[in-house]
Formats: sequence, structure tokens, C-alpha cells
Amino acid sequence: MNKNEITERLNKVFRDVFGDDSISVNENTTSADIEDWDSIEHINLIAAVESEFGIRFKMREVSGMKNVGEMMEIISQRG
Amino acid sequence: MKELVFPFNSNAIMRNKREIERQLLSDGTSRIRKNIAVLGGSTADHVISMLRLFLLDAGIEPQFYKSEYNKYYEDAVFGSPELDAFSPDIIYIHTTSRNLALLPDSGTLTEEEANARLSEQSGLFTQVWESLRKRFSCPIIQNNFELPLFRRTGSYDCWAPGGQAAFINRMNVMLSDYARQHQNFFINDINYLSSAIGLEKWHDAENWYLYKYAMSTSVIPDLAYSVSSIIKSIYGKNKKVIDLDLDNTLWGGVIGDDGVDGIEIGPETPVGQSHSEFQEFIRGYKDYGVLLAVCSKNDEENALLGLKRDDCVLHPDDFVSIKANWDSKDRNIISSAEELGLLPDSFVFIDDNPAECAMVSGQIPQAGVIELTSVSDAMYALSRSGYFEITSLSGDDLKRNEMYAANAKRAAQAKSFTSYKDYLLSLEMNAVISDFEPVYRQRITQLTNKSNQFNLTTKRFTESEIEELSESSGYIRLCGRLADKFGDNGIVSVVIGRCESDTAHIDLWLMSCRVLKRDMELAMLDEFVRQCRENGISRILGYYYKTPKNSMVAGLYESFGFTKTEESENGDTVWTLGTEDYKNKNEVINVKKEQ
Repeated sequence: MNKNEITERLNKVFRDVFGDDSISVNENTTSADIEDWDSIEHINLIAAVESEFGIRFKMREVSGMKNVGEMMEIISQRG
Repeated sequence: MKELVFPFNSNAIMRNKREIERQLLSDGTSRIRKNIAVLGGSTADHVISMLRLFLLDAGIEPQFYKSEYNKYYEDAVFGSPELDAFSPDIIYIHTTSRNLALLPDSGTLTEEEANARLSEQSGLFTQVWESLRKRFSCPIIQNNFELPLFRRTGSYDCWAPGGQAAFINRMNVMLSDYARQHQNFFINDINYLSSAIGLEKWHDAENWYLYKYAMSTSVIPDLAYSVSSIIKSIYGKNKKVIDLDLDNTLWGGVIGDDGVDGIEIGPETPVGQSHSEFQEFIRGYKDYGVLLAVCSKNDEENALLGLKRDDCVLHPDDFVSIKANWDSKDRNIISSAEELGLLPDSFVFIDDNPAECAMVSGQIPQAGVIELTSVSDAMYALSRSGYFEITSLSGDDLKRNEMYAANAKRAAQAKSFTSYKDYLLSLEMNAVISDFEPVYRQRITQLTNKSNQFNLTTKRFTESEIEELSESSGYIRLCGRLADKFGDNGIVSVVIGRCESDTAHIDLWLMSCRVLKRDMELAMLDEFVRQCRENGISRILGYYYKTPKNSMVAGLYESFGFTKTEESENGDTVWTLGTEDYKNKNEVINVKKEQ
């Protein structure tokens, strides 16, 4: 899976989860950039990303991801 | 909404919850508002957001109170001003086996020690319920307990003195006993749910370590759906009729092609056996007051031949309506509904043909539709659908099938009379109109929650509100029971008048549609006016609040001789009647008054 494909599918997930079609993520996007991205929505987001890409994040990763770039990195390794 | 009907795609619901909520809120449905307190023993946020979707879909707009994380015990036992101020209509205690602090943790536990732990643990939960019941008289929904995925000693865990599965099973029996002995207390059976879904899928230890969710987030929609089914049922939103196709649904094969001897039913073949089991399963619903009907593309003669076969479990007289013809099925459902005085929304349609199912879903979106891909799939879909969740069983529920059978006889008799009044007289109707006596209150509550069509204000009441109102002065309360030579209809009409000096405001006027056009409403009005006069009331104000379902009674007060005094843009109207010159209107029902 190339980076563009990952970004495209991630964008779709983010837009669904946050109900906002204007969202466009990149490697530097963090929870501070998206208004509704709090700890509760983080749970939902992780579950949606996992099911979209058929992967499972490790516990350390769930709590340790600093930005969308790290998430993409994990997806590209495992997806 | 299609996305929210079982079997649903949990991942999609979780992911698209904002969009789903937006669509639900903008679909123009009018919803009853309810305050729901969720007292959680683990994180409850997603449980609440999912519950919100399912309730909105069921016509209930919830407001939630959420206890602080794992503060269900403190909120219940010591109380909280926030919870008091919230004044819940429903309390849901979302606890799981994670909250069994006294779950055995050692294999050396003796039986006595295990018993002591069990009684202490039961005591803690009983304390929660009793404290809540003292403070709030609203319904309480309590999860029972799921089995853990892990067990040290294999099967021994389910019977060892120190076994965890053993402890949990005994706690669940204790819960069930409590539920049977206490009104307004309901169990949300997560023990069943986790088994049906599978403990491997139900449990997700990482979701516990990470977020303190006591189950996998992927099963939260299932959990929330189960809770929403109980709440729906409490507010009278169960379905009422199972409308069944015949060929390849109630029996195997096509009777028009295969002939009456060619269809498969009975123990001789696997297919025949599956349909017999299906018929048994369906017949069992009758005991809970669910009505059965047939909707089949067949010649009626053939349909009846099939149902009259000795080895058929269900026979023609098990059904309150049989439509076997070549009309479209949605039209047949609507016409059955009209005959029974029910809304098509209250039907669950079961058919093996996906095209028929799609047609009915399209034409009657609120009806339940189950596509029978196999008999066992259909039974499972019924099991999980929540269409017939039972939260109260009144005597009326148990007799409902007889009542509808009696209605069919009345309809047959009606045909032999030239004047409608003669027909009504021939029914030899007797009514008893009384105050809200304690034995009637459950039924009264049920009627206030499920009557939609013949209901002027559509005001809903909980059982505790009815209790309170029944003990208050300043009200004229009438509940009417109607019997005739074909049978007893039970309590069919409820009226509440609120008295303020010389005026009575009719806060509620409803009647069950099973007694439409029998002049029962006139008998109720006569008695209402009589009591008004007795209490020095000279003026009655009637209110009609328009809903999508109650247009049938838009002109009721006019037909009673009231004068319209107000009309608002949304179609609501206010009516007035002086009691002084009122003359009794009922001429066909013999009315007795009960003290």
C-alpha cells in the first residue's frame, strides 16, 4: 500500500468519525488540529482505523502515537 | 433506520455515528423525551452514544446523566445532588463481572467462605437497588454478569467452591430472583449476549487496560441495542403482530405447485422438521399477546388447505387475519392493520422472498421486516430484534388473541344488520367506568404509553406517575372497561381531567382502537360530565395535540358538541363545553359505576 492510498483511506475514516468532510490529514496532523479529537473520540478513531486497514495497534502505540505520520508508518508496515 | 436494524454492522455504526445521528435528528419524527441515568462500573461513553442512536431510532429522545467513572455504587447508595436534579425516567446500571469485587481469587476457598462472599456481594448490589428505589420510583435496568474468558482450572471453575464461573452463575440466579420479586426492575442479559456473540469476541482485555471498557468496543452496539430494546418496551413501543408468508416460510415448498400433500411440514424430512420448529416458535409468541397473521400470494383456498393439515402446528384460527390473494403484500399488511385497528408500523413481516421484503420495507419503513434466509436465521433475528421484549405482562396481553378473535365474530354479525345502532344494541355491551383502582394502574400506564391513534394529547405516564396521580385530589380520573356478548375487552379507555376552580382541563383522553365505533367514548363523556357537575365544574376544556398518528380524533371534541376556541398553526386545537345543558349521549352501552 503506498502512502497516497493510505492517506486517502485515512481521510475517509477521519471524515466519518469526526463528521466533517473538510478534514484532510497529513503526517503532521495531531489531535490539536481537529476540534473533536478528544480521548473518547480517539478510541473510536483507533477502532475505525483498525477495521479499515484490518490491523491491530499495540497498546503502546495507541497511547504513544504523536501524530498521523506515526499512524501511517504503522499502517504501511502492517496493513 | 436501516443501519440500526438488527443484524447491523457495528463497526459502521460506530464509525458513522455522527452522520447517523444527524440524519435521525433531521428526519422530522416527533419523539418522546426521556431522562436516562447511566450508572457505570466501567467506561460508559460509547455505550451512551450508541444507546442514543438506537433510542432516537425508536422514537425516544434521551438526555443522559453519566456517573463519574466507576461511581455507580456511590451515586446509588449515597446519592448525588446532580442525579437528584436530573430526575431520571430510567436508571441503567452498567456493571459487569469486572465489578464483582468479591469474585473468588483463590482455589483454597471453602464452600462456606464462597457462600459468605456471595452473600456479601449480593448485599452490595441489593443495597444499590434498594437505595435507588427509595429515592426514585423509576424503572431500573441492571446488567447481569458475563462469564470471564479465562479460567485456571478448566470446567472445574464452574462448580468449584472458589470457581469464578460458579460465583458468576450464582450471582445471575440471585439477580433473576430479585427481578421476579420486584416491579420495575429489569435485567439486561449480557450473559446471553456475550455467549451469543462469543466470549472470545466479547472480551478484549486491551480495551480494559487502555480505556477501562469492560468489553470490546466492537460489541458495544450490541449491548446498547439490548438496553434500548428494554427501554422501548417500557414505553410501549413493542411490535404487535407477526405477519407471515406461507410458501417456504411456514412450510417448505409452494402449495400452488406442489399441492397440499407435496408441501414439507412435520418430522418426516429435515426441511419439514425445520418448518415445524419454526411454527412452534412462532406459536409461542401468542402466549405473550403477540398477534399472528398470514400474508401470502396464494389462492385463499390453497392457503387454508395447507394450514388445515393435521401436522401443521399453526391452524387458521391461530391467526387474527389471513390475507391469501394476489395483491401486493404492503397493501395486504395495511389492510390487515386497518381491520385490526392497528398501525402498519406495529407489524413484523417475515418472508423468504427478498423482493417482497424490500417492497414492504420500502412502503412501510417503520414495520419490522425479517428475510427468512433459513428458519434458524429467522428465529435468531426475532430473538435479537427486540421487537417483542417483555417488560410487563398484563392480563390483557395474555387475552389479546381471544379479543381479536371475538372482534372477527362481531364483524361477521355486523353484516347482518341494516342499522348500525341495531348492531351495537345486539352486542349487549356492558361498561364499567371507575377511578384508577390499584389493579388497573399497570394497564392504564401501558395504555398511556402505547395508544397513538385515538389519543388526544399523547401524554405519556410512568407507572409511578399514575400512582401519584391516583392518590392526588383535584382530578377526575376515569378508566373504562367494555364487555359484550362476544368477550371482555378489558380496560380500553382512560381519561384524566385536571380541575381548577370551575374548569376541568382534559389532560388525557385515549381509547384503544380495538373498540372503535362502539360509542364507548360517549359513555366516557357522559360519566365525565356527571362527575364535573358533581364537583361544581361548569366548563370543560379539551385539547387536541396533533401528531403524525392521531388525525383520527382531530374532530372528536367537535363531534361531542364542544366549541373550538383556539387553533394554532401546527394544527393543535382547544375546545370548550358547558356542563349545564349537557344531555347524555350514550344509548347503546349499559354502564355500571364501580366505587
